[in-house]
Amino acid sequence: MRGLIVATLEAMDDFTIVEVENGFEALRVLPREKVDMVITDINMPDINGLELVKFIRSQPQYKSTPLLIISTEGSDKDREKGLALGADSYLNKPFQPEELQRLVSQLLD
Amino acid sequence: MGTGSLQPVAEFLAEAEDLLGNLSQNFSILSDGAETGDVSPDLLNGIFRDAHSIKGLAGMFGFDDIAELSHHLENLLDRLRLGKLPLDNFLIDCLFDSLSALIGLVEGKSVNPELTQDISSSVARIEGLLSSQTGVAENLFAGLHIDPELLGVLTEYEEHRLQDNIRQGHALLLVKAVFPLDSFDVDLASLTDNLKQHGEVVSTLPGQNNDRPDCLAFNVLCGTRYSGSALQDILDDGTIEIEEVVAARVEESLENAPHDQLANAATASLNDDGPVSETLRSFSSTVRVDIGKLDNLLDIVGDLTLAKGEISRIAEELSGQGISLGKDLGKTAHRLERRLLALQSAVMDVRMVPVRQLFDKLNRIVRRMARDLGKNVELEILGGNTELDKLIVEKLADPLMHIIRNALDHGIETGPERRAAGKSEIGRITLSAAPKGSHVAVEIRDDGRGIDPEGLRRAAIAKGLIKPEAIMTEQDLFGLLFHSGFSTRTEVSEFSGRGVGMDVVKNNISALSGMIDLTSRPGEGTTLSLTLPVTLAIIKALVIHSSGRDFAIPLASVVETLILDPGMTRTIEGREVLELRHSTLPLLHLDQAFQIRAEKSESKTRFVVVVGFADRRIGLVVDDLYDQQDVVIKPLGKTLSFVRGISGAADMGNQRTILVLDVGGMIEVALQGGGL
Repeated sequence: MRGLIVATLEAMDDFTIVEVENGFEALRVLPREKVDMVITDINMPDINGLELVKFIRSQPQYKSTPLLIISTEGSDKDREKGLALGADSYLNKPFQPEELQRLVSQLLD
Repeated sequence: MGTGSLQPVAEFLAEAEDLLGNLSQNFSILSDGAETGDVSPDLLNGIFRDAHSIKGLAGMFGFDDIAELSHHLENLLDRLRLGKLPLDNFLIDCLFDSLSALIGLVEGKSVNPELTQDISSSVARIEGLLSSQTGVAENLFAGLHIDPELLGVLTEYEEHRLQDNIRQGHALLLVKAVFPLDSFDVDLASLTDNLKQHGEVVSTLPGQNNDRPDCLAFNVLCGTRYSGSALQDILDDGTIEIEEVVAARVEESLENAPHDQLANAATASLNDDGPVSETLRSFSSTVRVDIGKLDNLLDIVGDLTLAKGEISRIAEELSGQGISLGKDLGKTAHRLERRLLALQSAVMDVRMVPVRQLFDKLNRIVRRMARDLGKNVELEILGGNTELDKLIVEKLADPLMHIIRNALDHGIETGPERRAAGKSEIGRITLSAAPKGSHVAVEIRDDGRGIDPEGLRRAAIAKGLIKPEAIMTEQDLFGLLFHSGFSTRTEVSEFSGRGVGMDVVKNNISALSGMIDLTSRPGEGTTLSLTLPVTLAIIKALVIHSSGRDFAIPLASVVETLILDPGMTRTIEGREVLELRHSTLPLLHLDQAFQIRAEKSESKTRFVVVVGFADRRIGLVVDDLYDQQDVVIKPLGKTLSFVRGISGAADMGNQRTILVLDVGGMIEVALQGGGL
């Protein structure tokens, strides 16, 4: 899945993509590297995506950074919580690469 | 992406095979757990994640059929782990059915990536179960005053786990720790590993630590039978704080804590300041290696062993000349030998896999076949942890499948037939494995109709395979089953084919230097016993002596050895045979077979080595028995491939090479008469 997202984004221009393996890696990288947008899954092996959203929003430099969550079809509750915690938008798996590209451009504008 | 070169498809296949293997194994555990009501959330989660990974993998390679089916399967598993579906037989059957369909699809891709199969019935089955799901779970959080902010970051699944812990009367605790940014993953893994021994880790919540920007704070939410203070005592770590979110209804006091848990807690906290190797232990557990690389490694070990032998010889020579350095060299060589043996067994150990991998796959086949045949059959698996060389396990798959199919198709009767025979309506197939010295014994037993030896005799006479007046023991008659083209059934069954089954089985087993025996009692069932070497890479051989030459016989083929007593032999139809207990074995004199001149010492004691190959046994007459030795067999090469009775050469060190007997070839000669 991550490979697909990265490939889709790389097809767009002007991005540097910081790809991390899991939630822990994200916790380590985010405070050090200022990114302009975060895309996260909800189901991860170490911490869940909701916790990551909350963590990101608690960091002063990420108060208003666009944040996109990828969720699984049928997990409406998780998605609602993500939005309540401050995620800007969501995308349901499975999705078309164009949908992701459209959402990303929209959130970065 | 799926239409690229062959390489990506091979990658897909390797990865998919791993994941499907995991699923197969875990579905079996789940199925057992469903009967006892003991299903761990970790197991369900692992299954869910593997199904999820297959979906992702298939998506990446553009295999839409696999992606779609695993997507539906994932939905089903998600409902299951959320406690929204009961884990009953319908669901388990559906899981196995989906798995079979996935395996079929993946196997198709291995032949041709464009191949696909109709998955609509599997999908419909899953959707049927999903639409039958019952109402929402009760809200157990009401009245417990849990911080809404805490509940706000839990996924639906984690909430479900939390409710399950409350339902069981467990306490909910927040274990708070602060770890440095550089090493928190290792530290946290060690803390969670430790906590998992005392309860369930539901979620890990990261937070900022305002006093120390180089650190991260973590709240680990767990359900446990211990109170906050009891767990504090167990963990015995001053840097950790524990907050009780919900108190336990059924509390376990510290005194009742099993002693080893306390000990574990103590050692775990000792390790807390994190050696680097902890990262390896926690985050990477397996490496996939081509078996060819392991073969190569083993070859190198073999060469080293030979070099070591040479060093020992030089050391002895030096000592013999009174040079004291020789003694020291001998000692060093001895130490080298011990380490080499350890290295050899470590390499061998890497090749070993539990037969469970294979048995679980068979479990799936039995379920499907029994359903298709309309028979009610239970498969019992014993000794699944017995280990065999990976290569042998691979090659055992086909013959075992044949045998099990035969048992299901021909052996086990239909329900009404069984009832009429006064048996339980549920048929039983037992698949067992057990180590037996340097062998592994695999047994497939069914409690079906058994085989009537007289029926076999009539069929063989009708087919012209034996003469009506032929004298044959029961064992000989059963042996006919392994004859190519022999089948007692006239109609062709979808499952067991056209009577080509058992001779293929025999060939497969003998290619592994294995032995096969069949016993059966009409009305009671049939047992097939396979005796297999643990590995083919390095074999144990019995070194024997005949007419001034040494030979090696693979120990896997040796049934027993005895001193030749002239009273035991007699001549039947011009051939010398050995009367051994209740059977008659053809005898083959090694010197005569190879036409090497016998030593002129008629009075000397001689020995018989009883060797077996597939279902055949013969006695080899030799002059002397030496020791058992580990040898690596090297082929003779193309130019000598016409030589019969010799399968290769074994390097014994000390610049000495001896020939290894081809037991299969020897048996052929003994049974047909004539020389090599």
